[in-house]
Amino acid sequence: MAAPEPEAPPTAPTRAKDHSPWNWLLFIPIVVPLIPAFFNGDSPRVFGFPRFYWLQLAFILLGVGTTTLVYQMTKKRGGR
Amino acid sequence: MWRDHLTEIIVFSLLFLLVSVMGFVAARWRAPKDMAHLDEWGLGGRSFGGWITWFLVGGDLYTAYTFVAVPALMFGAGAAGFFAVPYTIVIYPLVFLVLVRLWSVSHRHGFVTPADFVRNRFDSPVLALLIAITGIVATMPYIALQLIGIEAVLKTMGVTGDNALARHLPIIIAFAILAAYTYQSGLRAPALIAFVKDSLIYIVILVAVIYLPYKLGGWGDIFAAADAKFDASPNPNDGILLNGNNQLQYVTLALGSALALFLYPHSITGVLASRNRDVIKRNMSALPAYSLLLGLIALLGYMAIAAGVKPLPGNSAGSVDNNTIVPLLFDQQFPDWFAGVAYAAIGIGALVPAAIMSIAAANLFTRNIYKEYLKRDASPAQEANVSKITSLVVKVGAVACIVFLDPQFSIDLQLIGGVIILQTLPAVALGLYTRWFHRAGLIVGWVAGMGLGMWMLYQVASPTRKHFGGSAFPLSEFGFDTTRTIYVGIVAVAVNLAVAALVTLALRAAKVEEGVDGTEPDDYFADEGDPRVTPGTDSDADSAREPVA
Repeated sequence: MAAPEPEAPPTAPTRAKDHSPWNWLLFIPIVVPLIPAFFNGDSPRVFGFPRFYWLQLAFILLGVGTTTLVYQMTKKRGGR
Repeated sequence: MWRDHLTEIIVFSLLFLLVSVMGFVAARWRAPKDMAHLDEWGLGGRSFGGWITWFLVGGDLYTAYTFVAVPALMFGAGAAGFFAVPYTIVIYPLVFLVLVRLWSVSHRHGFVTPADFVRNRFDSPVLALLIAITGIVATMPYIALQLIGIEAVLKTMGVTGDNALARHLPIIIAFAILAAYTYQSGLRAPALIAFVKDSLIYIVILVAVIYLPYKLGGWGDIFAAADAKFDASPNPNDGILLNGNNQLQYVTLALGSALALFLYPHSITGVLASRNRDVIKRNMSALPAYSLLLGLIALLGYMAIAAGVKPLPGNSAGSVDNNTIVPLLFDQQFPDWFAGVAYAAIGIGALVPAAIMSIAAANLFTRNIYKEYLKRDASPAQEANVSKITSLVVKVGAVACIVFLDPQFSIDLQLIGGVIILQTLPAVALGLYTRWFHRAGLIVGWVAGMGLGMWMLYQVASPTRKHFGGSAFPLSEFGFDTTRTIYVGIVAVAVNLAVAALVTLALRAAKVEEGVDGTEPDDYFADEGDPRVTPGTDSDADSAREPVA
């Protein structure tokens, strides 16, 4: 649980800017799963799954990884 | 007959009873100071933390209908049905930044619905009314579809009757109970029940994807069986891979559905109920766990093929109801008691989204029709009361849709619902970033997008029907020399945006009044503990603008 920051000097109002270059990373898991050339094939198979199925399921990890990374990198500085 | 399914019916009924009790008790869970306020009844006090939000939003977005219809689509058409996976991957990065802005501005101004935001941002009650009506119309058939999920289960357990009323009696009772505890506990009821629903679904699916492939000879054999079925079928567009014709449809449907999902009022209700921005952001990383689940559930469609499941007959003579394949698969492969648990998971899975959807639709009516046009000085307690009653009306309407109309009608409406809710994208989603669009431009764009979308859907034929046969629009209708198809919603929203932009330019050149923006840039970053956030007070932004000592 992220505890609310105790400091917050009176001059700076509690503002979390959502402009960060890290945010551009979010385009990767939006664009990659929408390109059929990557996944629309049968081989190689993994545990009997054609590529079409295992690769799209693997894109879930890509999405989770990217959103987690962006969240961690854009969290308010000074948080524990 | 139903006697063969007695164990299943008993297990199903017991679990159903358990969640009904939980639904009533939920009113006292995280006990509110004052339940007679729309923030409490309709948004659970805006206080949900990470776990509750995860269960609530997950239980809300991944509905019983999804769990029944997606494998049914895989069973019938193959790879095209797997669009649900990319759809639920791209959505989270897509809305990661958008939703926190909506949360912040709603928190500071006390907005309950997306239409509340639009009204303030663009200073236009008319635009807000259109957004509210779009939301209600798109949500109603979605609630009705949840009933189809329950019915598929009941049908498999042999709980049917000779006439329409007897056949529908179980779901009428189920919905009456649901309506009663939603009325009493508001959003707290589905939030609490979602824990049971999602736990049951996770258990059932984990067992299914480990045990069934083992029984059916492994994943290789399952895919081989599916491949053989599609090779033998006359339809050129089915198969375990996509072909040149349906790739564009696959991708645009995934993207369009993702854009639409968080415009649905019930998704926004779930998000606004969370406690702070962090809860939302962390959930954007955690919710894809449900996508993995959905991908595995989709593959149940192929397992049903490998297991030789034959769907039960549909409502009209000669038709088959593919929605019954998952319940049938469980019935055939699992011991009775576990099939009962699986059925309960689907049945309860229908209740959570149905409750949230009816709350969301009720909030839209209360805030954007009742308070705006019927009783401007409504107190928070009156608002909560109107919402409670509206949620009952909405559920009665959903049941009536299923009992008195062909269920196909609800499926058509839900198809339309996805397309029309997308038409709120320029005002709601882009509105969170820019006020560049003129309010009248947005209205004209909405009209254009709606009109085009409806026409395109009407033109889509399927092997069994001439109109409303799906959402894959053949590009040849636009005069292109191709057999490719595209998702209707994407085209409609693109036209909507183009028209809104052109009209905006024209109106700006003519210097037509644009209204006053009721929000400030700072509002979009406000977080929990913000000194200007005043939860629980009447907060119609126009009156709350004056500085309060």
